[in-house]
Amino acid sequence: MAAPVPTPTMTPTAFVPAGAAAKIDVRQMHFYYGPRRVLDNVTLQIRPHEVTALIGPSGCGKSTFLRSINRMNDIVPGARVEGSICIDGQDIYAPSVDPVDLRRRVGMVFQKSNPFPKSIFENVAYGLRINRLARSREELGGRVESSLKSAALWDEVKDRLHTSALALSGGQQQRLCIARALAVEPDILLMDEPASALDPIATQRIEELVYQLKARYTIVIVTHNMQQAARVSDVTAFFWLGKLIECDRTNKIFTAPSQKLTEDYVTGRFG
Amino acid sequence: MTRTRRRKLLSSLFVAFCGSAVVVALTPLAFVLFFVVSQGARAVNLEFFTHMPTPVGEAGGGMANAIVGTLILTSLAAMIAVPIGVISGVYMSEYAGTRFAALVRFAADTLNGVPSIVIGLFAYAVVVVPFKQFSALAGGFALGTMMIPIIARTTEELLLLVPGSMREGALALGATRARAVFSVVLPAALPGIMTGIVLALARIAGETAPLLFTAFNNRFFNIRLTQPLSSLTVQVFTYATGPYEDWHRQAWAGALVLVTIVFACSLAARFATRRLERMHGRA
Ligand SMILES: Nc1ncnc2c1ncn2[C@@H]1O[C@H](COP(=O)(O)OP(=O)(O)O)[C@@H](O)[C@H]1O
Ligand SMILES: [Mg+2]
Repeated sequence: MAAPVPTPTMTPTAFVPAGAAAKIDVRQMHFYYGPRRVLDNVTLQIRPHEVTALIGPSGCGKSTFLRSINRMNDIVPGARVEGSICIDGQDIYAPSVDPVDLRRRVGMVFQKSNPFPKSIFENVAYGLRINRLARSREELGGRVESSLKSAALWDEVKDRLHTSALALSGGQQQRLCIARALAVEPDILLMDEPASALDPIATQRIEELVYQLKARYTIVIVTHNMQQAARVSDVTAFFWLGKLIECDRTNKIFTAPSQKLTEDYVTGRFG
Repeated sequence: MTRTRRRKLLSSLFVAFCGSAVVVALTPLAFVLFFVVSQGARAVNLEFFTHMPTPVGEAGGGMANAIVGTLILTSLAAMIAVPIGVISGVYMSEYAGTRFAALVRFAADTLNGVPSIVIGLFAYAVVVVPFKQFSALAGGFALGTMMIPIIARTTEELLLLVPGSMREGALALGATRARAVFSVVLPAALPGIMTGIVLALARIAGETAPLLFTAFNNRFFNIRLTQPLSSLTVQVFTYATGPYEDWHRQAWAGALVLVTIVFACSLAARFATRRLERMHGRA
């Protein structure tokens, strides 16, 4: 960072929407990789059927925050969470919660598309098979088809379902990964910079998709791209150096943020 | 200008040096192939594949029993070594940082370095002595023991090459760790592992020492696993060191067949790998 940036004066207060139960309720959450603290006292409520964008400079902990919602960080040795994260009122770090079950309910799409080296059909069927979600071949086929339709990919691949997924274009691969996540019927979809490696047209298709999907899912999307956050999200959370600086309705964040730091960031003065 | 010229000169000298090193390395291979093919082609005929060895002193005959024997022995070895080797490889890559994995890796490398005659002695002590019988099983056991570390290390290395994002993708869909490994990571590495297995097979198919006092040899046609079994290598060894001109010719023919089998294996592996990779979209 070039210019000195002002330090926030107030402690991060969460944006608590009135009259709606939070789908994801994060309270006083700290996150450590070994001795290093990368998230500091994050409190944030996420409402159902809204798109929440996480923005902030690289390395501020957006991915870490996202990955703690489906406990993907459990596989990182030395990673540790303090505080609480509740989904539908249930603390997901409680000993009784099995992260394997949790991850079926909280789908994730990664920054770099990662289709399995299998056919298009098998990629989407994978989650259905391992979770035994289809009772017959017909049901399996039907759910693969509807997932591909939900991810706006069906028309492009319906004639080559049994060819390799790796032959698809980058944008198609990413939509395949979305279809694969949708197939197991999660209620939350986490997306970590899903369009950062894509060209503008493929990016636009992903954004349209996000817009369509929010009727059925609660979506949390990390993005590097401020315009993208402004276009797709209802709520925007701004992270900076491991702290949640501000979280509010997206139009407010981009037009009249309450923090100077947020304003500097969204107007491109640093980051 | 002069610097550029000096650099160009150095570069061409180095290329010439590398080129001659390649020629030196390939010369023995060329000679071996030349002798095996020219000598073997004179002796090999249909009878060689369909007939048993003739009694001492009688001309003609073939090595049908030894050819079948080699196929049986290598299959037995694969049946023993592929499951154990692949599973050990999975263990080493999954628990890469742990002390026990390091120990397993060290053990595999040590076993890989054990002279094959010692492996033969081990199989003799463990299988032949208790059953008081030379047998195909003992030979397969010896060859399988040699194959395990090769397959384990190949599997380990290929699994470590599979990007971590594959595993994360599976875990994010609600796969357990074991499920992620066996349904995504291992299949992603499968083309390479298959090639490794076939190359290991080709290597042990050429072994003689571990068979001398395990499978031993058998002048008759046999497919019973509890009986001594002939193999191309042991038969070639016996004939090549024997006193008869006709035996020497047969030994060359045996060598040619052996080399051809190994070569065909490698080609088949290449072909199968290509097809698998195409399915995996990498070709
Ligand atoms: N597996 C890890 N082990 C140790 N440190 C990590 C790991 N992943 C990320 N970090 C560190 O945590 C901080 C936050 O990273 P990340 O959540 O990826 O940020 P962002 O997604 O906002 O760019 C960074 O300083 C990064 O170096
Ligand atoms: Mg990130």
